[in-house]
Amino acid sequence: MREYLEFEKPIREIEERLQKLISTGGSRASVQEETKKLKARLARTEVELYRKLTAWQRAQLARHPQRPGVLDYLDAMCRDFIELHGDRVFGDDQAVLGGFARFNGRSVMIIGHQKGKTLKERMQRNFGMPNPEGYRKALRLMKLAEKFSRPIITFIDTPGAYPGIGAEERGQAGAIARNLSVMSRLKVPIVSVVIGEGGSGGALALSVADRVLMLEHSIYSVISPEGCAAILWDDPSKTPDAAEALKMTAKDLLGLGVIDDVIPEPLGGAHRDPQTAVDRVAKSLTSHLAQLADSSGEELLARRAQKYRKIGTVVESVAGRK
Amino acid sequence: MAWFKKPGVTTAENRKRAKNVEGLWLKCNHCREIVYRKEVERNSKVCPKCDYHFPISVQERIALLVDLGSFKEWAADIEPQDPLSFTDTRSYRERLKAQQEKTGRKDAIVIGEGTINGRRIALGVFDFGFMGGSMGSVVGEKICRVAERALALRIPLMLVTTSGGARMQEGILSLMQMAKTSAVVAQLGEARVPFICILADPTFGGVTASVAMLGDVIIAEPKALIGFAGPRVIEQTIKQQLPDAFQRAEFLMDHGMIDMIVERKHLKETLNQLLSHL
Ligand SMILES: [Zn+2]
Repeated sequence: MREYLEFEKPIREIEERLQKLISTGGSRASVQEETKKLKARLARTEVELYRKLTAWQRAQLARHPQRPGVLDYLDAMCRDFIELHGDRVFGDDQAVLGGFARFNGRSVMIIGHQKGKTLKERMQRNFGMPNPEGYRKALRLMKLAEKFSRPIITFIDTPGAYPGIGAEERGQAGAIARNLSVMSRLKVPIVSVVIGEGGSGGALALSVADRVLMLEHSIYSVISPEGCAAILWDDPSKTPDAAEALKMTAKDLLGLGVIDDVIPEPLGGAHRDPQTAVDRVAKSLTSHLAQLADSSGEELLARRAQKYRKIGTVVESVAGRK
Repeated sequence: MAWFKKPGVTTAENRKRAKNVEGLWLKCNHCREIVYRKEVERNSKVCPKCDYHFPISVQERIALLVDLGSFKEWAADIEPQDPLSFTDTRSYRERLKAQQEKTGRKDAIVIGEGTINGRRIALGVFDFGFMGGSMGSVVGEKICRVAERALALRIPLMLVTTSGGARMQEGILSLMQMAKTSAVVAQLGEARVPFICILADPTFGGVTASVAMLGDVIIAEPKALIGFAGPRVIEQTIKQQLPDAFQRAEFLMDHGMIDMIVERKHLKETLNQLLSHL
C-alpha cells in the first residue's frame, strides 16, 4: 500500500479515481477512454510535482516511512553480510549497524544508520538516533576495516545523535568528535552515501569520507528545519522557510562543494522503485571505489585532509595573510 | 546544533536578565544568589557564594592565561561571508554587522601566540559575545590556522571554548567545520604537539562534538555547563526535568569525560605544571 505525503494529494486523488474506475470493471469504450485520460494526467501531474520540489517537500521524501534503508541496500547490493556487534565498552546500539560484506565480489566494511520500518523496529533502533555506543561501534569496525585493508562504505540516514541523559553521561560529544578525528586519518578508502536524512553531527560522525554521495531527494543539514525554525524564527510554522534557507538538498550541497555526486532517484523517490534506486547507488559506489582503489594510504590521507581543509568561505585581505 | 538562543534575540527574559546585571548587584547564573558586583570582579569574576565562574571577556581570558604583554594576535582580519544568503527574521549579513560593531571583532574567536612563564604557546579563545560563540567558517578556519602554526612551530596549542555550537546561518558549511578542525587536530596529534582544551561556560553542540573533546588534556571551569545536546532539547525529548547538576563540569568529571576542574585563579599555574610534562 502506497503512503502518500500531504503534498502528494493531487496524485492520490487521481490514483483513487483510477482505482474506482478500474474496480467498476467497465469495459465500455467510455470507461476505457476515461482511464486513458486519467493515466495521462497522472503522469503529467507526477512529472510536474516532482520536478519542482521545495526543500521541505524533499525533506519529507527523505524521511518517507517506506524509503529504502541501509538493510535494503545491503540485501540487494551485497552478498555474505556478516553483522558485527557491540562497542566493547557498554552495549550494542541498534541505531547503527555494521559488518563485513562482499560488494562486486570484494570484501568491504558496511556501516549505516538504520531507522527501522515497523513501529516495533523503530523503537528498537531508536528511530536511527545513535547513542555514544553506536559511534563507538562504528569506529571499532572502521579500524577493523583499516587493519585488514578493506574499503569502508557508510550509509547515512539519521535524524541526529540522540539527545538523552544517558547519551550525555556516556560521552555523546566525545564519541562523535573521536569519529571525526579518526576517520580523517584512516588509511583505507571511505565512501559515504546519504540515502535519507543527514541529521547534523550524528550524520557527520559516520561520513568523514573520501567521497560523499547523496541520493537526489536526501537532505543533509547542520540542524533539522523544525529545530532551526524554532530557534531562529521562534515559530514552528516557518519550517518550510528554514528548510529552504538552510540549503540542505543534494543539489545545494553539490554547489557548495560539500558532496561529490548526486545520485538521481526514480520519479517520486527511491521508495517508488527501490530496485532502480539500489542499482544506481551500486553503480555510483562502484565507480567511486574504483577511482580510489589505486591510491596508497598516504595519498588518501593527503587528499582527504586537503578536501576538508578547504571547506568554508572566508575573506581575508592580502596584507593580513601571514 | 546551536541549541542556545542567539544573543541577538531579545526575549522578555533576556531583557530582564540584562537589567539585573547592570547595577551594583549581580545575580549568579548558577546559585541565583544576588551578589555584590565589586566582590565578584575582585574574585576573578567568580561567585563568592557558589564558586561559579562568570563569563569573562576574551581580553580578560588572555590576560589570565599568558604572561603580561606576551600575546600577539594572528589573522585578525579574516572575515565571514554569507555563503547561503541566509535570512531568518533578519539577514545574516545584518546580524554579522551588528555583532562586529558590538564586539569590535570580525567573528567569534581570537587566535594568536603568547608565553606561559616564558614558554611559547599558541592560543585560541572563543568569544561567546559574538553570536553565542558559534562556529562558522571563520571560527573553523582560524582554529585550523592556529593549529597549523602550532604544528609548524612545534609549540603547544591551547583552546578556550565557550560556544552554543555550530552557526546555523552558514548551514552545512558550519557543520563541516567540525570535520575540518577535527582533521587538523588529528594531524597535530600525530606530530605529538600538545593540545590542551579549557572548557568554559557554556560549551555545547558542534564545538563539544569536535575540537573541545579532542584535547590531550581537557580542563573545565567549575560549574561550567558542557554537553552535546542543550538541556532544553533533552527536556523536550525525554519529557522530564533535568537535575540541576546535569551537564555541569562536576557531572562530566564524575563520568570520566574530563581530566580536571580548575579554578580560574589556579589555571595558569596548572597549565605551567602540565606543560612541563608535554
Ligand atoms: Zn553562585
